[in-house]
Amino acid sequence: MKERKSLRPESAVQVRSSSARPDPALNREIQTKIGQQLRAIYDDVVDQGVPDRFAELLRNLDSQAARAKIADKDAGE
Amino acid sequence: MSRSAPGSVTSRDDASVREAMLAAVPSLRAFAISLSANVDRADDLVQETLLRAWANLDSFEPGTNMSAWLFTILRNLFRSEYRKRRREVPDSDGAYADSMKTQPEQASRVEFEEFREALNKLPADQREALVLVGASGFSYEEAAEICGCAVGTIKSRVNRARTRLAELLAIESIEDLGPDRELRAVFSGGGN
Repeated sequence: MKERKSLRPESAVQVRSSSARPDPALNREIQTKIGQQLRAIYDDVVDQGVPDRFAELLRNLDSQAARAKIADKDAGE
Repeated sequence: MSRSAPGSVTSRDDASVREAMLAAVPSLRAFAISLSANVDRADDLVQETLLRAWANLDSFEPGTNMSAWLFTILRNLFRSEYRKRRREVPDSDGAYADSMKTQPEQASRVEFEEFREALNKLPADQREALVLVGASGFSYEEAAEICGCAVGTIKSRVNRARTRLAELLAIESIEDLGPDRELRAVFSGGGN
């Protein structure tokens, strides 16, 4: 019988070490992907624009003059 | 440089302040969702932020970046709430993707959920640093100001976040190798 070198343990070791410490090229690739996915998640929310509740909230905020009056009143009490 | 920054506001007059706040809402929401992992809670945070900002407009310095100022308020509100309530129950799997404007394809949807899960596993300080620099478009200096820490601290948090994410995602992609059962067996430590 021919001596057969098992490749399995060796390749397993390679994969194992690459998962613990990715080589620089793989690392760059992963980092690029991380950046893309992070921005994709973020930009999806940004692209939703301003929900009505916030536009309304900002429209309904008292004017600063009114606030100043309230503040003065509070301070006077 | 700051993609999200609506620019500096030069005065405190009502109209320009309202306009700047309105312009900041979309990125404030995105930041809030990344902090709380819960869309409803995030919107409440944004609302509290706008009210708090309006009530404390005197502490805003005209000519500085209003977006960064609002992010600081939101981040502090979240932190003080966080101490009280611990972390909000995250939206269930898929609920967030369902709410997305652009529905991801099935394959990228799985990838997207994996990424979001990995992101949520990061410590809060690393996650916020990564989002501010990597997605909101703030400089390291601006992010440091928002988080109330040194620039070097932000840099090391961002680096640790990237390294940890890479580890988490690498492990997941190995789990997803699929048909190579022998290889999977090696990783699961089993012999079948």
